[in-house]
Amino acid sequence: MTIWQRLRHTLRHGPAPLPAAAPSAETAAALAARLDAAAQRRLGRSLAIRHVGAGGCDGCELELRALNGIVYDLERFGLRFVTSPRHADILLATGPLTRTMAEALARTHAAMGEPKWVVAVGDCAIDGGVFKGSYACLGGITTLPVDLVIRGCPPTPWQVLEGLRALIEANATPAR
Amino acid sequence: MSAAAAIIRAGAASGQRPWPRHALSRERWQAMAAALDAADAPSLQGVWAEAERVHALFLDAGSPLAASVEVDGGSYPALSPHCPAASWFERMIHDLFGHTAEGGRDARGWLDHGAWATAAPLGPRQAALPPRVGAPEPPEFLPVEGEDLNQIGLGPVAGAIAEPAHLRLTAQGETLVRLEVRLGYAHKGTLGLMRGTPPRAAARFAARLSGSATVAHGLAYAHAVEAALGVAPPPRAVALRAVMAELERIRAHLDAAAAILAEAGAAFLETRFGWHREAMHEAAGRAFGHRLMMDAVAPGGLATDLAADGAAAIRAALAALAAELPDLVRRLDRSASLGAGIGRIAPDLALRFGASGPVGRASRRASGHGGDARLVPGYPPYPVLGLDVPTRAEGDVAARLRVRLDELPESARLLRALLEALPDGTIATALPAASGEGLGVAESSRGTVWHWVRIEGGLVAAAFARDPDWLHWPLLEAAMRNGMLADLPLCAASFGLTSSGVDL
Repeated sequence: MTIWQRLRHTLRHGPAPLPAAAPSAETAAALAARLDAAAQRRLGRSLAIRHVGAGGCDGCELELRALNGIVYDLERFGLRFVTSPRHADILLATGPLTRTMAEALARTHAAMGEPKWVVAVGDCAIDGGVFKGSYACLGGITTLPVDLVIRGCPPTPWQVLEGLRALIEANATPAR
Repeated sequence: MSAAAAIIRAGAASGQRPWPRHALSRERWQAMAAALDAADAPSLQGVWAEAERVHALFLDAGSPLAASVEVDGGSYPALSPHCPAASWFERMIHDLFGHTAEGGRDARGWLDHGAWATAAPLGPRQAALPPRVGAPEPPEFLPVEGEDLNQIGLGPVAGAIAEPAHLRLTAQGETLVRLEVRLGYAHKGTLGLMRGTPPRAAARFAARLSGSATVAHGLAYAHAVEAALGVAPPPRAVALRAVMAELERIRAHLDAAAAILAEAGAAFLETRFGWHREAMHEAAGRAFGHRLMMDAVAPGGLATDLAADGAAAIRAALAALAAELPDLVRRLDRSASLGAGIGRIAPDLALRFGASGPVGRASRRASGHGGDARLVPGYPPYPVLGLDVPTRAEGDVAARLRVRLDELPESARLLRALLEALPDGTIATALPAASGEGLGVAESSRGTVWHWVRIEGGLVAAAFARDPDWLHWPLLEAAMRNGMLADLPLCAASFGLTSSGVDL
């Protein structure tokens, strides 16, 4: 298909991204309760994400890059990856947290303004995954308060998307 | 035969399979090191260690050649004064095992940033070392002298979605005088975790050395274990392994192409390559139950067979790519200057650093050097299938992009041929609880992956993995010397480097 044929196709049939199902109401409710308990200020429906690779294998990063691409098109949900932690609302960490990355992770978190969320993506980030017990790892994102975990080795882009959308829903629920 | 190769071959051959390892005395090892300066010297692939020995692997006219020397009094003679590519390996061996490279060019820390509980965690004297107290020392960078220079530290948290790495840039105005890379942030202790586990269980660590090359790492590791134990995988497994490897190659090349085009500002092309990349992910997920095909290759064969509709899913993704690729390439040709002349690697330097994959094949020598481990040294089923390996001579960003794109139709052809004639039968052979030492190789999308393993009584006693990026990161440093600061992201994307495989 040439570019002109593709352009015609897109104009006729609408844009390319795949339709997405609604996020899990259960996860959103749990997150909302947690948010109320912490009496955190709400962030609204547009959230900026700072990713920290805490020593993973690049598998989770591959799927996060896919999430950012045309097929999943993260930005249509109000989510975007940013490069400065000072602009970020969410710290999204992958990897088993190597001892060598602990300092950089702590500094990135400290540089983010309040309120802020921490999301651990992938089995490694939750408890170290297959690297549990290594002399070089701290066994997951254990040094920060984690608000949401997304399982999988690596989780599919859909799984990550569902978790992040639950976070938006929780955020948008008016405080009681 | 070169002098260094002759010295190695004169050493007593050990039982390493399929290529023997030659034990050298300290004096012969030193003589071999001194001969590595020669123009026809074998190209260094990697250096690694175990408790009492240091091993070096070379390619001599395409055939693997391994040498080893005993560690004496905690040290061994360095290779780096005569072979710069050995430097990072020597620093890694010191940090993990505590063996000092005598006369080495660089004694600074590498993987060890001072955050582990003790030094030399895999070394023979680890238990006797005192636990560490206090904050670690800051990393030491190469000294810089001159006027109007400024330094920029990038990372380990940099870019939008990236693996951890620190780049230390020294700039004079807009010119990048020096780029120095510091890795080790993703060191997970993989080699230590593999020790003492059955080879089948250790495969999940090999598969997680680098997510973007999980099939290639799993395959090289499986080759090493199978060589060590004298096991042959069944024909169906051999064919399906190649299906997975080629599918991974296509996906990774599309991924790299999209990343390069994104840095070059070619949004339409980036989007289309990204679309097809996702189609390959989906096809892999339907065919083998995992979008990256992680843990699908196992020593002895496969852990997962092809799903019933798997072949159709792969064929559909290939057909969609084949229908659009010529048009995308034509559009790219119209912007012929994209990346031309940026980040050039001279063919001699590429050869000296044993570059492989798109980085090596974009800097082909006049003699036609453009190694691909699928053919040289070669492993089934490729020598039977036949393979056309595209190369370029320019060695710049444009050439690295084009080599990847030129490989796409060839991998697609292989995939279709493999799916057409899939053998029936079992997908795995049982592994005996035996002992042995093996060396395995596989060609990833980024270059040649080597795995070495020693198995004792059915358990992994020692292992090493050589990701191709061990030798490609230093070439990025060389490619950016006196380049434009603003070209760094584009040049780095054209190398497509990863941290995890090198950080172990």
